[in-house]
Amino acid sequence: MKKLASTLPNMIISLGVITIVAASLLAWAHSVTAEPIAQAEKQTRVDAIKDVLPAFDNDPLANATEIYQLGEGNAPFTVYPAYEGDKFVGAAVEGYTTNGFSGEIKIMYGFDAEGIVSGFQVLSHAETPGLGAKMNEWFRMEEGNRSVLGKNPAVVNMTVAKDGGAIDAITAATISSRAFLGALRDCFQAFETYKKDLNNE
Amino acid sequence: MNKLRILTNGIVAENPTFVLLLGMCPTLGTTGSAMNGMSMGLATTGVLICSNMAISAIKSLVPDKVRIPAYIVVIATFVTLLQMIMQAYLPALNASLGLFIPLIVVNCIVLGRAEAFASRHSVGDSLFDGIGIGLGFTIALTLLGAVREILGTGCVFGAQIYPETFGSLVFVLAPGAFIALGFLVALFNYIRKRS
Repeated sequence: MKKLASTLPNMIISLGVITIVAASLLAWAHSVTAEPIAQAEKQTRVDAIKDVLPAFDNDPLANATEIYQLGEGNAPFTVYPAYEGDKFVGAAVEGYTTNGFSGEIKIMYGFDAEGIVSGFQVLSHAETPGLGAKMNEWFRMEEGNRSVLGKNPAVVNMTVAKDGGAIDAITAATISSRAFLGALRDCFQAFETYKKDLNNE
Repeated sequence: MNKLRILTNGIVAENPTFVLLLGMCPTLGTTGSAMNGMSMGLATTGVLICSNMAISAIKSLVPDKVRIPAYIVVIATFVTLLQMIMQAYLPALNASLGLFIPLIVVNCIVLGRAEAFASRHSVGDSLFDGIGIGLGFTIALTLLGAVREILGTGCVFGAQIYPETFGSLVFVLAPGAFIALGFLVALFNYIRKRS
């Protein structure tokens, strides 16, 4: 078949048809995948909540509360409360920080009813591989004062040892460590605020 | 041209990474581990095969003066499709490749093959060219990722070969990508010239 000549009507029709076909194809694909995508995102969140909290039997996503803001114009932190029967067993707080070495770090922290850190899960980050990227493992390690697990931020000073705190920073990644612990303190604040509101009700 | 020649042409004679030195951005950016390199290679291969075939099929319907925007629309459509599918069914992989998936749109290998090959050959030949070039790219990325992972962390595909403390961190970071790529390109061309 001979190639179409580059006349204006030809060009308009050709490009027009291609874009219309492409757009309708994508619209169809979007309608098919929208549900699984939302499902996958929800699943990641549910898995993270299950991972950071002690046993619970409600659906924390259903009671999610957006509560704490780092400042004007910033997205709020989200608190996912967990109950066993009627008893409040703790809450997972999804927070973020932009104080890391590169980009935003999103972390889910779990606190039990007393406020003791029961777990955490780094959801997304862009820290340096091999250095700051270790935070998901480092702050669980038993060695020295690395672990934040089982500690209550109201009692333990959650800053790096270099700043007079009680937690060992990741070797050669103090900035990432500060960001991680900063997010922990912010999330704890959100948790405390949530708990206070809960007790007042 | 016979199909087998087209296929091997993409893997050896015109290997996009080691010979043509195209698509350097994802090559350097996603090869921190062998697994990531391979996933990126396969994702690009998928797009390349689809776009090559589609462009070859519509080549006579696209006037010359608007061929580049037309090809870009075709490529972007396939990349967006791929991204939606990955988000829906492979969320973990999608998170680890991140921004590099949408960037396949501007990967010069894909547009380069559309322009240099698919717009002049039959659908069948374009299919084989897509597979060949895609495999060449995948092999190169996997190799580079494996080298960086071994030298940097002592692992390959996540399996520990020697303790991590002996690894040299620089190979996981960007400078190591350039160094490792340079040596691999030299080695590949040395072997290619000898044989």
